[in-house]
Amino acid sequence: MTASEAPAIGLTHGSSEDTGLGNRGPQSKSIVVPYGFWLFVLSDMVLFSALFASYASLARATAGGPGTLQLFDRTTVAVETIALLLSSFVCGLAMVAAKRRNLWWTEAWLVVTAILGLVFLFIELREFGHMISIGAGPQRSAFLSSFFTLVGCHGAHVTAGLMWIGTMMAQVWAKGFQPHITRRLLCLSIFWHALDIIWVAIFTIVYLIGTLP
Amino acid sequence: MFGRLTWNSVPWNQPIPLITSLVVLAAIVAVLVWITINKWWPYLWNEWITSTDHKRIGVMYIVLALVMLVRGFADALMMRAQQTIAVGASQGYLPPEHYDQIFSAHGTIMIFFMAMPFIIGLINFVVPLQLGVRDVAFPTMNNVSFWLTASGALLVNLSLFIGEFARTGWLAFPPLSEKQFSPGVGVDYYLVALQIAGVGTVLTAVNFVTTILKIRAPGMSYMRMPIFTWTALAASLLILAAFPVLTATYAELMLDRYLGFHFFTNDGGGNSMLYMNLIWVWGHPEVYILALPAFGIYSEIAATFSGKPLFGYRSMVFATLGICIISFMVWLHHFFTMGAGADVNAVFGIASMIIAVPTGVKIFNWMFTMYGGRVRFTTPMYYLIGFMITFVLGGLTGVLLAIPPVDFIVHNSLFLVAHFHNVIIGAVVFGVMAGYTYWFPKAFGFTLDERLGKIIFWCWFIGFYLAWFPEYALGFMGATRRLQHIADPSWQPYLDVAMVGAVVILAGIVLTVWQLIYSIRTRDRRLDLTGDPWDGRTLEWLTLSPPPHFNFAVLPDVHGEEAYWTRKQTALREERLIEEPRFEPIEMPVNTPTGVICAFFASLCGFAVIWYIWWLAILGLIGAFAVLVWYAWRDEHEHIIPAEEVARLERERRRIRSELLGDWKPVT
Repeated sequence: MTASEAPAIGLTHGSSEDTGLGNRGPQSKSIVVPYGFWLFVLSDMVLFSALFASYASLARATAGGPGTLQLFDRTTVAVETIALLLSSFVCGLAMVAAKRRNLWWTEAWLVVTAILGLVFLFIELREFGHMISIGAGPQRSAFLSSFFTLVGCHGAHVTAGLMWIGTMMAQVWAKGFQPHITRRLLCLSIFWHALDIIWVAIFTIVYLIGTLP
Repeated sequence: MFGRLTWNSVPWNQPIPLITSLVVLAAIVAVLVWITINKWWPYLWNEWITSTDHKRIGVMYIVLALVMLVRGFADALMMRAQQTIAVGASQGYLPPEHYDQIFSAHGTIMIFFMAMPFIIGLINFVVPLQLGVRDVAFPTMNNVSFWLTASGALLVNLSLFIGEFARTGWLAFPPLSEKQFSPGVGVDYYLVALQIAGVGTVLTAVNFVTTILKIRAPGMSYMRMPIFTWTALAASLLILAAFPVLTATYAELMLDRYLGFHFFTNDGGGNSMLYMNLIWVWGHPEVYILALPAFGIYSEIAATFSGKPLFGYRSMVFATLGICIISFMVWLHHFFTMGAGADVNAVFGIASMIIAVPTGVKIFNWMFTMYGGRVRFTTPMYYLIGFMITFVLGGLTGVLLAIPPVDFIVHNSLFLVAHFHNVIIGAVVFGVMAGYTYWFPKAFGFTLDERLGKIIFWCWFIGFYLAWFPEYALGFMGATRRLQHIADPSWQPYLDVAMVGAVVILAGIVLTVWQLIYSIRTRDRRLDLTGDPWDGRTLEWLTLSPPPHFNFAVLPDVHGEEAYWTRKQTALREERLIEEPRFEPIEMPVNTPTGVICAFFASLCGFAVIWYIWWLAILGLIGAFAVLVWYAWRDEHEHIIPAEEVARLERERRRIRSELLGDWKPVT
């Protein structure tokens, strides 16, 4: 055993400067934690892929009820999309502020992120409410079941993200930029951006294709 | 207030479930009282329940699996007995609505709560040791995963006493599983329990992919990882890609049942074949999630007990990853009869046959590993040989089923049931039993009794053939699966032989329990003081048995493809150990009750959802969220093991090893 390997290379400290493949011993937590979280996000995307598959195979099963052309409005969705994409950008600004250890700007940008997320959610819920009120709720047809499930699942993720943003704001406020807090902020931003990626797919497959004449 | 839950939800008028539940309840109470009288709660709480040690969590998984094996096997015995009795004029002792619950529970429990926890338990115990590291990437999450799995198992078993279980078969196909045809709580028990356990499984997969790819001892490059670790990686990747589909599918069925959606209903444009496609996109990879780690266990055993490096290590890795990918391209062979047309069926039939190729590569690799080796016929080796014979037969019937025209004839027959029991018992059950025997001394510091071990093997081996080969014949004769009553008396002899087989397997399971008791009581005779009882080749045999909490005082520096073997041979040749390293304090994750509290709220919420007790469901969700925030608020993440303590344990190990150097004799 050479001297260089003698220090305890445990789970919790020691990082190597090689290719990142871990051949020189365990990676540091700042690599391991976001990596694991990425894997979780990927598994979440697989979940969405099953919902997308359901939607794709049921999109025409309207059972005599309204179809995509009657229900979707591109303008509303455009506003919704802008709000969400903008929130992702602002979330990025919050991460920049966190990197500079600027408490006030981090909190401020996180608030703006959350507000934009709420705007998105509000528009989505209004759309849902409108559809249900005209008798196009999820019980109406298989198409609407799969639509509400796919889009609603994304909405549920946004809601979970908002709760997470609130929790992180409290943690940053109470504990400052400790290493484990900044790691969590990084994971939060990965999550928030991933929701954007999924929304882009929903926007294209559900709304754009759905409103093609 | 209590939703659908009433006093009559308990099956007061059905003696079989009632008496069984009372006996089980009495047993649980007795165990709890026993623990309390002996004042073992602090020990259990501190050392096991809240443990973040991957070895402890692995052992808890395996204990859960063994208990569930007994439960699942009790179901199997009841089914066999019913089929032997209920022939011709006799109706047997189980009414159809009860029989249907039993076969559904048997499949669900054996796959989700016996096979999965057993495999995941072995992965948990072994992989960090084989990688030469101290724990998994996310130790607390590991504990949470276990308790969520246990929570799912609890809910499934609770259905015996409160309410009923699904009568839909182990995959709950719609439209039968829809509200219209299954209005009771059975399907809800099934769905909710598996959703909770599924979250635990996905978190485990995240943990192990991260661990294997990011946390390895210095020098442990990919092509130096032991095969069991490779298969654990492959299985984790499969879980990561397949289980979310299961979650989505069950969520859709739940929406159908709870909120009147129309995913799989007969009306409203629903499509029940969508469910078949989605569930088998999970279901086929699931077969390999179980089988690949079992193949990994066999690979370790073949190399160790043949005294040779594994033949064709690289081809084994590629075969594993090949199976990993192809397993996602064959799901349609589970329902050739759907009517997708000849072209689609042909594609999936051929893909299913192709998957036999990498599997065949593995069989040849194991045989060539044994060829020319000094084979020691220990119990795990018996399982390996028994597996190779049995699995090849099961694989052949599988290739037969992969031919669509043949499948049309034997679809849903006992031939199919015999086939999948042939591969699952032959590969997975033999595999986990071999792994249990092989790694037991590493976990507890003494070996299991070999003589009993071999008898148990013969019980499983002979019992399996007696129980399942008559079913192949019955399948050809036209017997469909899940028959509560047999109309044709000429089938009686086959059913009787199958019953004898089940009793032989029962003897094996009883002896497994006895073997454990006997081995504990006579452990002084079989102590493993060296930490390397089998003359092993991988890093888990480098450390003490049982390993200290931190596994390795200093992370081993890996040279060569067989990390520990290379090191051992160098030590033997030079007749000295490597120089004593400088010891440093080690940081280890602290214990946490997060997992068990989280699972408590998950069980509460799950139970509430099953019975429509909505206020309790919301309470459970809030509780679970509060636990997570509380956990995230903690400040202390690690505790320090002082350098002196590390040095003391490591010097003890080095003393034993030095004494052995002149005289290194493995157990034969």
